Amino acid sequence: MKLGFLVDLDLCMGCKGCEVACKVENKVPLHSWRLRVKYVDVGVYPETKRTYTPLRCNHCEDAPCERICPVSALHYLENGIVNIDRERCIGCAGCMMACPYGAIYMDPETNTADKCTYCAHRIASEMMPACVVACPVEANIFGDLDDPTSHISRYIMEHQKGSGVRVRKPEKNTHPKHFYVGGGDVHLNPLASKREEGYNLFNNITHLDHIGGH
Amino acid sequence: MVEHTVAATNAIVTLDVPIPQVIWGWMITLNMWAKSIGTGVIFVGAYLLARYNDRVGDQVKLWMPIISFIFLNIFLLFTLLDLHQPLRMWHIFFYPHFTSAITVGAWMATVFTGIIFIMAVIAVKKYLLKKECKLESLYNPLLKIAVVLAVPVTMYTATIMGEATARELWQTPTELVQMILAALLTGSAVFLIIGGKWSYEVKRDLAIILGVSAFLSFTIYMGEYYFGHMKSEEVAAILQYVKENGVYHVMFWAGQWIAFIIPMILVYFSLKSRSASLLYLAGVLAIVGLYITKHVWLIIPQLLPLS
Repeated sequence: MKLGFLVDLDLCMGCKGCEVACKVENKVPLHSWRLRVKYVDVGVYPETKRTYTPLRCNHCEDAPCERICPVSALHYLENGIVNIDRERCIGCAGCMMACPYGAIYMDPETNTADKCTYCAHRIASEMMPACVVACPVEANIFGDLDDPTSHISRYIMEHQKGSGVRVRKPEKNTHPKHFYVGGGDVHLNPLASKREEGYNLFNNITHLDHIGGH
Repeated sequence: MVEHTVAATNAIVTLDVPIPQVIWGWMITLNMWAKSIGTGVIFVGAYLLARYNDRVGDQVKLWMPIISFIFLNIFLLFTLLDLHQPLRMWHIFFYPHFTSAITVGAWMATVFTGIIFIMAVIAVKKYLLKKECKLESLYNPLLKIAVVLAVPVTMYTATIMGEATARELWQTPTELVQMILAALLTGSAVFLIIGGKWSYEVKRDLAIILGVSAFLSFTIYMGEYYFGHMKSEEVAAILQYVKENGVYHVMFWAGQWIAFIIPMILVYFSLKSRSASLLYLAGVLAIVGLYITKHVWLIIPQLLPLS
């Protein structure tokens, strides 16, 4: 079994239901996110369009975070999930430096690294990840990539044409197990969009200066 | 004009969460800087013992392990302090993961520091008691092991940077060379500072090591600065932080001038006039400037949004 994730960006409407469900399910602290939905506005007024991209750990087959972790706190489960053992983690932040997707954060309460585990605890009880359950339009598709009859396998096969099935930063050779349908560069490449103060909704897109206990 | 209305050139993030910025900060800079000195004095000290043992042997044998031990402990201390769970440091030895350069480096650095500690004990005991220490015969064999081990201890940080897949700027082959050059630069600088009454020939050799290291290191940085953007989108974006109007532009060039350019000029005039008086200043500047240079190179890839 090799579990994978797919987000159909043509279906996602940016409601952030998945983001909230993840926060609640995993008790993710303030200022930290395992899953987030990024909005990018494209075009020039009045010809503009808003895009939504859910971003989470890619559970890479060649995960740089697993490779650099000095104590195997980050490790593979048999089903392909890149899991984290918070009791083992020494908080060196090597994984945060290695992950090309910025998917790992330092939990300010435990002072250990943390990230999306595809809700490994729910999967162990044969439940779907919280974000999958919360999505009102079924844009999140989760399942076994080794099983050709699974929903995710069939979805990938059916969407090979057109804009196709994509992963983030394939050039990093991490072989992500998180796929996107309907996405373009603006969705998946952080360098394809600008981050400028004054153009943001609701909150300032600032940086966190302080992480963790020192 | 019309190209400015193309959607692809007008994409702006309008809602997102705050992104963690600098994860490895000044403590990691201090880590790299102190390790350069800790291993550099071993490289350069071994060279001095091989070539000028009759002139400076006693002083080098005493000060080389002491200085190395002090800076290796600064390096280890700040490595420990930078951990968010420093009390779990022992996990590295009891749950080691040997694909990680952090693990391999920690093990090698620990063994290396142990060897330097024994050498320092031998040297200090001999100095204080004014007679041979029982372990004196171990000094030279330990020095040989230390020189060999100093190579991977110096370079392993480059492989950590290489394993930091997210930071495109740090390429292992380049960083390996930069780490060795930094060690030679600081090692020669330290001996130029402490070798007050040493003969001109000894200082000339140290000056050449310092000058050549500075030149090669500066050349690599300039190669990155002027040509790095041509091959990689990420590197191009990162280098903008040190180019004109970049937030680290002034700091980058301050580091280059203090660590490399001014010391090279001082070495040149010193060799030309056969005067060693300028070399003390060159040594101090190289050591100070290296910290600034390393810091800028550590910070700028971390400013780039990854997602």
